Amino acid sequence: MSPDDRRYTNEHEWVMADSAAPSSVVAGITDYAQDELGDIVFFELPKVGDTVTHLVKMGEVESVKAVSDLFSPVDGVVTEINEKLLDHPELVNSDPFGDGWLIKATVTEITAIDRLMSAADYDAFTAGI
Amino acid sequence: MTSDNLRTGLYDTHIFLGGRMVEFGGWDMPMQYPAGILAEVKAVRTATGVFDVSHMGRLYLSGRKATEFLDWVLTGSVSSLRVGRARYCLICNEKGGVIDDTIFYRLAEDRYLLIPNAGNRLAVVAWFQSWIDEKFSPGCAMDDVTTTTGLIAFQGPATIDMIDKLADTPLSEMRPFSWAESVIQGAPIFVGRTGYTGEDGFEMLVQGDDVVKVWSVLTASGAVPCGLGARDVLRLEAGLPLHGHEIDEQTTPIEAGLDRFVRTDKEFVGSDVLKSHQESGVQRKLVGFTLPGRSAPRAGYTLSHGGEAVGAVTSGSYSPTLDTSIGMGYVLGRYVESGTTLDLDIRGRTVPVTVTELPFYTRPRRP
Repeated sequence: MSPDDRRYTNEHEWVMADSAAPSSVVAGITDYAQDELGDIVFFELPKVGDTVTHLVKMGEVESVKAVSDLFSPVDGVVTEINEKLLDHPELVNSDPFGDGWLIKATVTEITAIDRLMSAADYDAFTAGI
Repeated sequence: MTSDNLRTGLYDTHIFLGGRMVEFGGWDMPMQYPAGILAEVKAVRTATGVFDVSHMGRLYLSGRKATEFLDWVLTGSVSSLRVGRARYCLICNEKGGVIDDTIFYRLAEDRYLLIPNAGNRLAVVAWFQSWIDEKFSPGCAMDDVTTTTGLIAFQGPATIDMIDKLADTPLSEMRPFSWAESVIQGAPIFVGRTGYTGEDGFEMLVQGDDVVKVWSVLTASGAVPCGLGARDVLRLEAGLPLHGHEIDEQTTPIEAGLDRFVRTDKEFVGSDVLKSHQESGVQRKLVGFTLPGRSAPRAGYTLSHGGEAVGAVTSGSYSPTLDTSIGMGYVLGRYVESGTTLDLDIRGRTVPVTVTELPFYTRPRRP
């Protein structure tokens, strides 16, 4: 089961409101995504200050066997990236919903994330893949 | 899930172990097990890994003309190979292009075992049969036992200390590229001191009914199950070519830097072309290169110099053993020197790479 304190995209990203700052979100990739990728070795993430757009490519993730695009779950501006992933990308394999978060961003409309999939919908979606 | 792909005798074992199955060369094979590719690579480099390589072909060639036949279709010398020994070489077409690479074992004066790649087995069988029919029949018979036998690779530094405890006869003193026969828990095995990982180790041919038993004995003794993902990283670190990547029918062994596996003192299919290539030189050569970081060069990516495309990647990966990214590719002749810097286009990002001697990794000598 994916955690139900956040929302999901069909590109296997999650996003949740960041309680530490208003109009802010934290985003990452799902457990399903990290499992499909296998051992992750490299992230190409956006830079702080970059504008990201809902379901538009914002970076790349590489595992030993594959490379995949990362898509932003929201419209917003990047305020922080998870610097730990530069040396320890495997954090996303071990804790995709926690320490393995990818970016934080400010969004123009926080309620927009409510239009994304719920955990139950996302789990049903991945079960059907 | 059903498919037309072939399955090895270990298919159910791979599923039970949580292997992630993929199609490879017409077979359903494990890409990796739950431990993951990095852990599997580490097991082989530091201890022991075990691979199901039953998808690779097993062909027996025998008869009074078998030696003459193999000397005609293989780039390496067959007649000079002693019984009990094995050799790596290429199978070329008339243009010197590589149909497959293979290890062959001399079992007796007029009997051989040859291991083609999974995806090339049927092409090799057809190629061999056409030459047998044309020039060597009667006197040379081919027997494909791929689907009635199994092949297991037991690789890593700890295999040497383990093998004598597992087999009924001592095998640890076997020379590299030799073979022997033994028994593991009642199962007869044909063992070669060969492999495709850059580590010491053994490859074991067993009867189809025994493959699960032998695999289980090896894993119970601590050998870590490894999939095709780890196998690819290991062979790349060891600078070993993979057919379909570094070598194919449009590539000659000379371009691939495999000159030492091509005999110039005998006539064989493609020898004229290869000889002229060796004398006049080739336009492009296979090189290894490294790049800082962990972003991998992948097959097809362009290598350039001063804005001009000068080559392309054939294989690449993050190397966990060296903790840097590595790749192999073809470049124009003037860029093959070690230390040459080229630009690699990684999906629009330009990354400098340095041409390096192969192999990337050489195993430490045993004390």
